[in-house]
Amino acid sequence: MELNEITGSLPEPVRKAWERSLTSGRAALSRRALLQAGAVAAGAGTLAACGIPPARSSATGDAVAAPDHSDEEKVVNFSNWPLYIDVDAQDEQKHATLDEFEAATGIKVRYTEDVNDNVEFFGKVKPQLASGQDTGRDLMVLTDWMAARLIRLGWVQKLDPANLTNAVTNIEDRLRTPDWDPNRQYSYPWAGIQVVVAYNKKATGGKPVTSVTQLLDDPELKGRVTFLSEMRDTVGMVLLEMGKDPAKFTADDYDAAIHRLQKAVDSKQIRKFTGNDYGQELSSGDIAACVAWGGDLIQLRADNPDIEFVIPDHGYVASTDNMLVPAKAQHKKNAELLIDFYYRPKVAAELTAGIGYVSPVTGVQAELAALDPDTAANPLVIPTPEMAAKVHAFRSLTEAEETDFEEKFSKLIGA
Amino acid sequence: MTTTTEAAPPEVVPLTAPAKRPRRKLTPYWLLLPGIAWLVVFFAVPMIYQGSTSLQTGSLEEGFKVTWHFATYWDALVEYKWHFVRSFSYAATATVLCLAIGYPLAYTIAFKASKRWRNVILILVIAPFFTSFLIRTLAWKTILSDGGPVVGALNTLHLLDISDALGLTSGHRVLATPLAVVCGLTYNFLPFMILPLYTSLERIDPRLHEAAGDLYARPFTTFRKVTFPISLPGVVAGTLLTFIPASGDYINAQLLGSPSEQMVGNGIQKQFLNVLDYPTAAALSFILMALILGMVTVYMKKAGTEDLV
Repeated sequence: MELNEITGSLPEPVRKAWERSLTSGRAALSRRALLQAGAVAAGAGTLAACGIPPARSSATGDAVAAPDHSDEEKVVNFSNWPLYIDVDAQDEQKHATLDEFEAATGIKVRYTEDVNDNVEFFGKVKPQLASGQDTGRDLMVLTDWMAARLIRLGWVQKLDPANLTNAVTNIEDRLRTPDWDPNRQYSYPWAGIQVVVAYNKKATGGKPVTSVTQLLDDPELKGRVTFLSEMRDTVGMVLLEMGKDPAKFTADDYDAAIHRLQKAVDSKQIRKFTGNDYGQELSSGDIAACVAWGGDLIQLRADNPDIEFVIPDHGYVASTDNMLVPAKAQHKKNAELLIDFYYRPKVAAELTAGIGYVSPVTGVQAELAALDPDTAANPLVIPTPEMAAKVHAFRSLTEAEETDFEEKFSKLIGA
Repeated sequence: MTTTTEAAPPEVVPLTAPAKRPRRKLTPYWLLLPGIAWLVVFFAVPMIYQGSTSLQTGSLEEGFKVTWHFATYWDALVEYKWHFVRSFSYAATATVLCLAIGYPLAYTIAFKASKRWRNVILILVIAPFFTSFLIRTLAWKTILSDGGPVVGALNTLHLLDISDALGLTSGHRVLATPLAVVCGLTYNFLPFMILPLYTSLERIDPRLHEAAGDLYARPFTTFRKVTFPISLPGVVAGTLLTFIPASGDYINAQLLGSPSEQMVGNGIQKQFLNVLDYPTAAALSFILMALILGMVTVYMKKAGTEDLV
């Protein structure tokens, strides 16, 4: 990628922060977002008065399946987020776990890092999926709320448990029954993301920041606090602070949380809402404290020892990125075999050591301890039992709620 | 009376080409074809599609139907009026700053720099384009960092007291304030100002300056009466190339602004990608286009350079 050449000359921490904010961005924005929106409009092509047909597939089952060419063509097309897989220390293009998969099954993985952002990726695949066409992908990784939307729209295929023996056995119990995909019929987690409070102790003058309340109210932090532009992560943390459970809140609770945030925005306590670009400012001390993603913090803390993180007493929000087989995929069985392969504890340990995000696989800790003891001891990768008691998921939303909540959140962040 | 015979009229040689060659007549159209096809596919069709979208109502799951719901435009305008105000005032400020920075620089490159330096400076002007737009904008986070030298110097000089009082900054910092957004816009669009200015200045014959001097014009008068009027097409082109993309920009507001500096581009992006309210997003884009078109028309009339551009 040209980016690497350009940023090659920068100091290491700065380059890393930039790269993260540009490429590993779960909420990173890019100019492409709007360009693609334009391309979607151009591609659909049909002239005025055409309307946009209902997105929900009218039928289920056969309508989303396509003839499976898995046995003739030993390939699987896998779309994932950038910097979200183990890489070889010498060759960035090499991924040991994918090579092992090919050696074990004879299936070649065409690995593409083309998921930069959930909503952007949705815009990219929407035209094909809405019109019942193959996207050219057999497996894609999306965050749970977007996975929920695709399942709701009938754009993904039901998985065959017969090909998923490891996955069925080894998935963590807490991840077995999300409300948007009970019993994991459509999706299996790739990795988990934890939302925590982080602060730069140099910028706070050594004072610890331990709660969302402090982020919202502490006058010493005024103008030096950021929250995330991912609606569920920000509002989820505030709901917890208000004593509500993000898994069960009502519309009134949501409004109250938005109101609480709005007050902090109006009083200039909150400086802004960010994607991954908070890392640069947290490291420089422009931001004293913020809501942050656990995976980012591992790298940030390695670059800057002043950065600390805290699991608030009120609890914290976690979500997962999930592997899904899109409708009309040509190599569904191969995709299922790949999912299953990553649920072997040893492979999961290799992946976890490579990416530093929470593994959804039971038994990964023992394997990881042998492979990479430092990572195994990091609570941002292997949550401690105390953390496990505080973790909450954001409940799935209906379409009407999603529109309403996103609208209110957009107003809050000023857009 | 003798009758005179009229002189036979001289034989008229037909001046038109003997055989009409229809193909030649069509040549201009063939030459235009790629351009027209490009415009139709990438401009006209999306515009019609977007126009249709803006008049639809519905939802993603139920589908969108054209209901000629013109109220979307009014609602969008009311809801996003401050975003429009911000977009245009930031873009206008950035354009003026670009002109103030860019004109002296273009003038220097065109008239003062030696041939060798001229190319070097031009390359330096274009150099930022070798880096991505996002990276260039993110770099300003480092430049304007709260603890950085720029903000430190501004605070030492108490300039931020003044800008705080004017509402350009707040809390003695620059990041996440209007000033930061305007700085980012100015920086990112500066080359679009400098290059057209340079091309129009470079064409001016230096002997015109000598002639003006011979007629007892002082250097400033020469500039005012000779150089500037001739460079006006460059000024118009530069301001348009800066103002138009700057008013639609959302990256600078997103990365350098706070929630109170978001521009209309941010609204369009959120409505399209997050809220999935395609009609409102499309209506906002149309309003933005219409307003820009209106302002540009007025500007061109005022600048009086329709025939020059």
